[in-house]
Amino acid sequence: MFIPHTEEEREQMLRTIGVGKIEDLFRDVPESVRFPDLNLPPRMTEMEIAAHLNELSSANESSRDLVCFLGAGAYNHYIPAVVDALIQRGEFLTAYTPYQPEISQGTLQAIFEYQSLIANLTGMDVSNASHYDGATAAAEACVMAYFHFRGKRSKIVLSPALNPQYRQTIRTYMVGYENLQIVGDEPERDPLASPDQLLELVDMQTALVIVQYPDFFGRIQDWTQFAARVHEAGALLAIAINPIALGLLKTPGAMGADIVVGEGQPLGIPMSFGGPYLGIFAVKKEYVRKIAGRLVGETTDKEGRRGYVLTLTAREQHIRREKATSNICTNQGLMALAATIYMSALGKRGLRQVSELCYHKAHYAAEEINAIDGYEVVNGGPFYHEFVVKCPLSVEEINNHLLDHGILGGYDLGKDYPSLKDHMLIAVTEMNSREDIDLLVSVLQEVSENA
Amino acid sequence: MLEPTIYELSSPGRVGVEFPAPDVPRAPLPEELERQDLPLPELSELDVVRHFTHISNLNYSIDFGFYPLGSCTMKYNPKVNEAAARLPGFAHTHPLQPIETVQGNLALMFELQEWLKEISGMAAVTLQPAAGAQGEYVGVLIMRAYHVSRGDRKRTKMLIPDSAHGTNPASSAMSGFEVVPVPTDNRGNVDLEALKSLCDDTIVGLMLTNPNTLGLFDENVLEVTRIVHEAGGLVYGDGANLNALLGIGRPGDMGFDILHFNLHKTFSTPHGGGGPGSGPVGVAAHLADFLPEPVVGIVEEGTEEIPPLYGFIRPIKSIGRIKSFHGHFGMAVRAYTYISMYGREGLRSIAEHAVLNANYLLARLRDHYPVPYDRICMHEFVLEGHLPGTEVHALDISKRLMDYNFHPPTNYFPLVVREALMIEPTETESKQTLDAFADAMIKIAEEAKTQPELLRSAPHNKPVSRLDEVKAAKELVLCCWLPEDVKA
Repeated sequence: MFIPHTEEEREQMLRTIGVGKIEDLFRDVPESVRFPDLNLPPRMTEMEIAAHLNELSSANESSRDLVCFLGAGAYNHYIPAVVDALIQRGEFLTAYTPYQPEISQGTLQAIFEYQSLIANLTGMDVSNASHYDGATAAAEACVMAYFHFRGKRSKIVLSPALNPQYRQTIRTYMVGYENLQIVGDEPERDPLASPDQLLELVDMQTALVIVQYPDFFGRIQDWTQFAARVHEAGALLAIAINPIALGLLKTPGAMGADIVVGEGQPLGIPMSFGGPYLGIFAVKKEYVRKIAGRLVGETTDKEGRRGYVLTLTAREQHIRREKATSNICTNQGLMALAATIYMSALGKRGLRQVSELCYHKAHYAAEEINAIDGYEVVNGGPFYHEFVVKCPLSVEEINNHLLDHGILGGYDLGKDYPSLKDHMLIAVTEMNSREDIDLLVSVLQEVSENA
Repeated sequence: MLEPTIYELSSPGRVGVEFPAPDVPRAPLPEELERQDLPLPELSELDVVRHFTHISNLNYSIDFGFYPLGSCTMKYNPKVNEAAARLPGFAHTHPLQPIETVQGNLALMFELQEWLKEISGMAAVTLQPAAGAQGEYVGVLIMRAYHVSRGDRKRTKMLIPDSAHGTNPASSAMSGFEVVPVPTDNRGNVDLEALKSLCDDTIVGLMLTNPNTLGLFDENVLEVTRIVHEAGGLVYGDGANLNALLGIGRPGDMGFDILHFNLHKTFSTPHGGGGPGSGPVGVAAHLADFLPEPVVGIVEEGTEEIPPLYGFIRPIKSIGRIKSFHGHFGMAVRAYTYISMYGREGLRSIAEHAVLNANYLLARLRDHYPVPYDRICMHEFVLEGHLPGTEVHALDISKRLMDYNFHPPTNYFPLVVREALMIEPTETESKQTLDAFADAMIKIAEEAKTQPELLRSAPHNKPVSRLDEVKAAKELVLCCWLPEDVKA
């Protein structure tokens, strides 16, 4: 195991301390609760636990065993070997938060580069060092907007086409802000209706509007006019993005977003059953002092050499305690590093390639599925790499059938949207070959014919 | 300049990782939505490997040396954890797959929940929170929901000892509560008289770290939790210092109603240069219905031949969802691996050796640095970083330690100690390492008297010297300079 002490060393140490045995060090713990028996399994050596874990892992069917058409917030992308090889370096993996900059320049420079890449990818001025995931980044955008208006604007408008888990997380986070109203995603609203309907809700009480691009249903649109209308009311606009889509698409920065949030998982981070992921958070420069989370800035040392430090730390909880507007302590350091290496290794050309592959393959799949009797792609308008299919029978039945053919089917939208019962959200990435898509289409056809 | 940035290394037209041409017809791109430029760097794969290898060498890390950071529990991060989390069945499962296809993941999560319950004495556990600070926020939201569910809306004050982590007051304030500090007595415990006078029917509860940030176990903990409960409040336990309690005492048995765990401290998942963490939350039986959704449970009982079917459950009065999906599963795999390797027989030895190491270092340093609360400590202790008759500060001592190839202790925290140096050695450090560190600390104490300038100008042999933080905050350069050709 991982405790190096020999019996002799233990004795010497106890003598130096001046106690007879280790138990004597715990006399402050009330006797009535001291040294409980723990009902845990017997210990295992590395060889034994490795075998046991292999068994557990093999009890799953992963996207290595199945053809994956499931997205809805987590995506199956190719991760080049270079990403994992570098993030496993102990110098990155086992370092702490870089509070001591003289011996943390590696982590600090990597975050600085991450901030630069995200700013450039999103077309925004400033990115922070990351949040936990897309959902919490969206919640932090609400907190930021609330404090930006010092609580005087009491309404947040959420698009019903914003990821349902983001909307749920926002509601949980904001429960302590009692005068706050969260509107726009009421169940009776048609989630596929034009987002312009949301503008009717935007008024002088509105602090923030959050939309998604591509939205939860995969749809894409130019938000420029929408942003102008939000700004007319003096409110802020946050756009939740998929970073892979921005390899191809016009940036939210160019469309007038004040805040960009997003799930960074597609940038070289494995799906890992839901985490750890990466929360993207970027803003226009006028809000730099309002954002939560860590920021790395460039500076110089006493000899004038370039170096990096955590900056604007006076905003943070360890200094401001209850006056801080966020309790955030960590970022997703290692995940941000993975994204940085992924974007560096793919570069200008590679990211565009991945982005286009997703786009073309999704459009091929949508066209083929739409041609099957009983199925209809109901997005209307342009989309990126996800689309909504109206199915001839329940999504669950279809997915069971697909699973029998080794296919992980799409997301059942009826779970979140009563009006979208029997609607499936299908995601296609560069990992899906034409044969995969053709197989999906043929099984869907078979299901429909037998229905 | 130590190492150019990826943008400075970029060469127009250079290609790194490539992808195949589409095997489907190209769909027309929506012209008005297509971006015109993609300002990412252009590097070869070797450029990338060398760059990140170079900058990694500018970091201090546990793999390189001793990291006595108080309250951070910088123990060894076993390599088997990394291999475990990368098994394809774990790493490549989608979070929304049908539960029948992910029974291995769910069984692991269920078992880890059970183990954390057993270790802490709590009745129910969620693995969802992403980090300690988020676990804390969950705890505060549960306290709020509990009082509201009883129609008890006048409770608005959160009691927090003055030695607490800054996240405690920040989490409380985020939830709309007023923070009321509780003083520390002269033995480093919560001041019982002060606590009694603050406890009435307006308190939400108390947020208590035990052992506290002075590394001291609160000798009156049973009394403290009783006083808060009598006033109708709940006691929240900050699990930052749980490493000292494994197999020693269970917070649930001491009267804590809520506890968050830091898998990245106590259970050896790597800190990763500042995350990802993982902050599961455990609660006593009367709060189990308030846990965030989802928790993993048995949805169909098994038989002797057939294992149970695991699935996700929404507690009936749940505070809701706190992040996407089900928590940092990859971190859960690592913690599961670690706990398995200690098991029933071994877990207590972690706390025993962490406490042994801390007391040994304290014994070696006691005569050289002022010790504000000189008692048997738990897994960490606090020294004062100002030495009588010298002008040096905790910061100077910290920076000078770097010259001796040690990471500095946590400094200037807790706030109740002047020039605090907070030292937590963890159980994975050997006597030889502790002796070398103590020797360096003692030498520095001498240098402070004889050559104070050596401390004030430290570090001397690191990639950079002290950095200008004022300039960084004033100029706010937060993004790489873009060479013109990249910008275009």
